[in-house]
Amino acid sequence: MGRVLNEHDSKQLVAEHGVPVVEDRLVPDASAAVGAADELGYPVVLKLSGDGIAHKTERGLVRLSLKNAGDVERAAGELLAAATPDDGQVALLVAPMVSGNRELIAGVHQDPQFGPCVMLGIGGVLAEATADVVFRLVPIDVVDAEAMIDELTAQPLLGEVRGEPAVDRAAIAAALLGLSQLAQQRPDVSSVDVNPLVVADGRPVAVDALVELGDA
Amino acid sequence: MGTIAPDAFQALFEPRGVLVAGVSGHPGKFGFVALHNIITQGYAGTVYGTNLEGGEVLGVQMVTSVEDLPADAVIDLVFVCTPASANVGLLRACAARGVRAAFVTSGGYGEAGPEGKAAEAELVQLADELGLLLVGPNGQGVVSTPASLCAQIVAPFPPPGAIGIASQSGNFVSSFQNLAVSSGVGVSRAVSAGNAAAVTVADLLESYAGDSATRVGLAYVEGIEHGREFYERVRAVTATMPVVVVKGGATGGGARAASSHTGALATDDRVFDGMCHQAGVCRAATIEEAFEAAATFATQPLPRGPRVGVVTTAGGWGVVTADAISRSDLELVELPPDLLARIDELLPPRWSRNNPIDMAGGETRDTIPAVLELVASHDDVDAVIYLGLGIQSNQARLMRDGRFFPDHGLERIVAYHERQDARFAQAAADVSAATGKPVLTATELAVTDPTNAGPAAVRASGRLCYPSSNRAVTALAHLWRHARHRQLRHEGSAA
Repeated sequence: MGRVLNEHDSKQLVAEHGVPVVEDRLVPDASAAVGAADELGYPVVLKLSGDGIAHKTERGLVRLSLKNAGDVERAAGELLAAATPDDGQVALLVAPMVSGNRELIAGVHQDPQFGPCVMLGIGGVLAEATADVVFRLVPIDVVDAEAMIDELTAQPLLGEVRGEPAVDRAAIAAALLGLSQLAQQRPDVSSVDVNPLVVADGRPVAVDALVELGDA
Repeated sequence: MGTIAPDAFQALFEPRGVLVAGVSGHPGKFGFVALHNIITQGYAGTVYGTNLEGGEVLGVQMVTSVEDLPADAVIDLVFVCTPASANVGLLRACAARGVRAAFVTSGGYGEAGPEGKAAEAELVQLADELGLLLVGPNGQGVVSTPASLCAQIVAPFPPPGAIGIASQSGNFVSSFQNLAVSSGVGVSRAVSAGNAAAVTVADLLESYAGDSATRVGLAYVEGIEHGREFYERVRAVTATMPVVVVKGGATGGGARAASSHTGALATDDRVFDGMCHQAGVCRAATIEEAFEAAATFATQPLPRGPRVGVVTTAGGWGVVTADAISRSDLELVELPPDLLARIDELLPPRWSRNNPIDMAGGETRDTIPAVLELVASHDDVDAVIYLGLGIQSNQARLMRDGRFFPDHGLERIVAYHERQDARFAQAAADVSAATGKPVLTATELAVTDPTNAGPAAVRASGRLCYPSSNRAVTALAHLWRHARHRQLRHEGSAA
């Protein structure tokens, strides 16, 4: 595995290429975290961030739905205390809590025969079991991007569901085009994992991202 | 590797003379079988042979070395059945005699460990140096029906047609050709690429795209060594010629088998699938699906849209076909009022008045051709599936075989039924030709009783008689996928 960009930098890179991401602040300590949360508006999410940390959720380094300054201060203290020496330099990442019942995953993946591919799939906790994923080779155009969305099996999930509007297909297509462009312009990027791409009010927004750099 | 000049394939597919190297006098050996197949299937050029003993095999005078061939011999293709160790010298001698293409059946190359790999690399380099088109090694043969050329160590020799076959597995060339024989939908060229050391499946598909005898490419692949290049080249091919691909090793278990068969590298099957969609390649799940899709491309016009009208003489068939259409990318067209009114004039009121158009036994002498024509001609219909052909001839068979035949008027009615079914089959083909729309005829009689006058007449009309409506729907869906790709990518119509 090559070098991994931290969440903030990963999201910034995909955002530069047209993937909508949730705004976040990287801060050093609890009081700065409260300041950032006050600015962004509650509820917020707090995560421990560092170049050596790739699996935040599995390690319990994500705190969701923090409703006020007290929540943020307490969570910040716990997360900083959970850091290990292997994590290197750590910081706190504060972001508004984005909620939506539907999650997608998107990314760039290297295939041993076909090279870089753009990927789109249905996300969520059962994503691996459902394996509803489509690929296209980089570069893609808008026809490919739209076809990828059409080829997902769980089409009903992309329509109006439980009072939420239908998914904005054009916005998803734009995100996929952005990922393709990123893979083309940055051959040193070996993989991109935008997961989850939460559908909030019909609009996709990346809540987390992980960019891996290879040798190229 | 690189793109091969289109005329290089002339020597392979239209050779002026063929040399079989390594002929055997033993009818069980490949060197005998190859000579036998070339001579017996009507190849018009001169056939030469080499072996170690000299003498005559199947009436062909053998020479013990290429240098001893008659000075005036014009030979474009050498069909190599000699052991790998003899091939370097053989190819040099052949090239010196003006041979331009070599089909190598010999094993012991890339499939046989590191030494074989080195020998294969040497062979490729030599062919390159000599300007020889090299196919194989470890391949089963080449077929070219326009030249009546059956240069293969396996059977069968397919009827002539417009399907161009390229396969990484020789036995699937046989499978496709067997299906061509049984269905009557024929083949233009067929090549078993063997180890595909020089000429690859992509090279063959490119040559078929530039070949006036070929209308569709049909390929079996397991692994693609230069995936990106394959994609770019096949994508260019589909701009002018449909390509149907079936891939072995789509599952974990299949991939392990492919790795030991052709050394294919594992790829995520969903990536291969996406690549096919992106390149406009029709991917089939099975060999029969692949053949039927290719046979449909070869014999039917492309649909301009997804809207299908189903014409049936029995209700249940129509219902099942409606299900199959609804599960596909095709659409069951809702009958427009003007079409409904015109059909009302032809059929008694009990007809379905809906699509599928169930004639409910209301068909008389001329109704079936008339309804087929009405439906296919309508602007809201892009394709027609016709069900129910052969029912009367099936009964006629029972009468002909029964003990009352030919008395009691049986001879007359039997002839009438068979004539009618032949007429309906021809009407489907005529309506298709007149409207430029696909009209597919499906009945299980195509396989349960191919001598039935209905399916027999479909074959005689040059079209495929589908063994079930589901299979007709699957084939038609491939046509629509390709047509849509062409519209989106090459005709600038995003309708």
